[in-house]
Amino acid sequence: MKLKKNIPLIDQHDKYGFWGGKFGGSFIPETLKKPVEDLTKEFQKLRKNKKFINKRNFYFKNYIGSPTSFVKLENLSKHLGGAQIWAKVVSEANGGAHKIYNATVHALICKAMGKKYIVGDTGAGYAGKMLSMAAKKFGLKCKIFMGAKDIKRQKPNCDAMKKNGAEIVPVYSGSQTLVDAVSECMRYWVSNCDNTHMAVGSTVGPNIFVKICGWSTSQISRELKVQIKKKFKKIPKKIKLINCVGGGSSAYGFWSEFIDYNKNQIELIGVEAGGPKKSKLHAAPLSRNAKIGILHGAASYVCQNQEGQIKETESISAGLDYPGVSPIHCFLKDTKRARYTYATDEDALNAYKMVTKFEKINPSLEPCHAFAEAIKIAPKLSRDTIIIVNSCGDAKKDRDILKQRLGKK
Amino acid sequence: MTNSLIGQAFKNAKNEKRTALLTYTVAGDNTKKKSLEILKSISKYADICELGFPHNTPIADGGQIQTSAYRAIKNGIKINDVFSITSKFKKFKKNKPIILMGYYNMIFQYGNDKFIDKCKKSKVDGLIVVDLPYPENKTFASRCKKKGINFIQLVSPTTSKKRLKQIIKDSHDMVYYISMLSTTGGKLKESPKRILEKYYKIKALNKSKNVVIGFGITEKTIKSLNKADGLVVGSAICRVITNSVNKRQNTVTNVTNIVRRLKKKMK
Repeated sequence: MKLKKNIPLIDQHDKYGFWGGKFGGSFIPETLKKPVEDLTKEFQKLRKNKKFINKRNFYFKNYIGSPTSFVKLENLSKHLGGAQIWAKVVSEANGGAHKIYNATVHALICKAMGKKYIVGDTGAGYAGKMLSMAAKKFGLKCKIFMGAKDIKRQKPNCDAMKKNGAEIVPVYSGSQTLVDAVSECMRYWVSNCDNTHMAVGSTVGPNIFVKICGWSTSQISRELKVQIKKKFKKIPKKIKLINCVGGGSSAYGFWSEFIDYNKNQIELIGVEAGGPKKSKLHAAPLSRNAKIGILHGAASYVCQNQEGQIKETESISAGLDYPGVSPIHCFLKDTKRARYTYATDEDALNAYKMVTKFEKINPSLEPCHAFAEAIKIAPKLSRDTIIIVNSCGDAKKDRDILKQRLGKK
Repeated sequence: MTNSLIGQAFKNAKNEKRTALLTYTVAGDNTKKKSLEILKSISKYADICELGFPHNTPIADGGQIQTSAYRAIKNGIKINDVFSITSKFKKFKKNKPIILMGYYNMIFQYGNDKFIDKCKKSKVDGLIVVDLPYPENKTFASRCKKKGINFIQLVSPTTSKKRLKQIIKDSHDMVYYISMLSTTGGKLKESPKRILEKYYKIKALNKSKNVVIGFGITEKTIKSLNKADGLVVGSAICRVITNSVNKRQNTVTNVTNIVRRLKKKMK
């Protein structure tokens, strides 16, 4: 298994859609074969179409607000000693998280395909909120599938979705979280694929959805590369790019431009959700060595039992609370290009406390997992090491949880 | 696979000038023991029995079958129990074809070849794997064929003509036509006439293939589609199990009754 250079990772799959011969693919019911094939053709066409690219760039700039800023966290760095800690504040994007990139692109594709309805899944509620925003912007009817447990714990985002005119469909099956929301959304698409476009909220699902999402979020690293060159005159010798990983869309977007670099120069670190310290449950299939399985149309490392039943997961962060992970991260893990670890709920909360104490940013619980790793390793590293954390979501949505767990805010 | 029990079952129905009835129940629903009793009892009326091996993330199933699957898993069904139910059933009625149906991850975790071998040992006649479409299933399907197990291809209203031809060409004794864009157990949204029109188009590609129609078939709709080689009823049966469990009634009796009624309507 080997990575190729000068080819975007999203395109390094075989004809059946597998990365490294075993991750990804399209394990879908027959009914979805045609819609997936149509979407695949359309996307192939659009991504080569100059007009479409210009349109995408226009909305990225004027609607999403690219580029998001790249800042040094002076106080935090000073407090920890060791490496410099920087943040790419992707949460500045319109809506407050990286999910807006994928949502905007899906809405543009939906329009191009002449479909009037768009549906999507959501965990933390960001993918749903952003899709509802994009749908409103482009005049599409929108339905969002969301686990009943998540609707309760991420209320601010649900309010936003409703305000944007989207219908939230609560999902009561299974663990009532993201995994069930994705299943239900796919079921809906099976039944309505003739007039409805489906947007999968992360770099998961059948091959084409991994590609579209990765193509959309890669904007983050395109911006970052320019910003790094501007700040440091050239790409520094020791960089660590730390990102939380649930499905893996923000991490892929944050890394895509840097994958071809030597890992001694640019290390990629993915941080999964380790769940509560004392719980056996987690949402960390990569770092806690889950077996390969098939979930939601793709093969990836999946939290499952021996029989192949998908396991329940647990995490304070709804956006990372998912038993599977993107096939491209499985590929990055097996080729050893990226390193994956996890942070517990408590680690993330402590990171939140520390980051907000020293800095003006307000990262949501998802990127707090990444900050936890940064805080852990920074003191041991040299001063010329540049740690960059993707602060990919804003903590507004976590208001209730933070209040409950930290007692204030 | 000219002598397969599945092929034979269709031949028998044809000789009697009737449509074959295929039932779908979930192994372990509502318990391991009951599901075997249900199979034994309904096999008097069903021409072919489909037995689901339940998965907890079934992306193509509607509410009724999901409920049955979750209940079976909760009651402790394991994949080896599914095989032992099949074996026991086959000892009871060795000529009644049985088709296992489920999602690929369960097979993948068991190991493809090990799973097929176990099917063979348990006398499984056919396999339907919902999320392993053509052409990705080619290798797996041909391995099944080598062991004398029918791999049943699915086709749907969205299947293109070109694809349809290839699938039919590579199919074994039976092809499963999904009547409409829906998960299992949806309300019939196409008119029976239109469903049958599409059915005849599939049939015209190769008359020797047995084509069954499934999805949305209930006591109400079964008569209107009574021209196909076979009709599959699943959700309507699972619903009876759920209702019986809720009302603390005998699941075996109630399921047998609905299957008998279905059969009667097909005459």
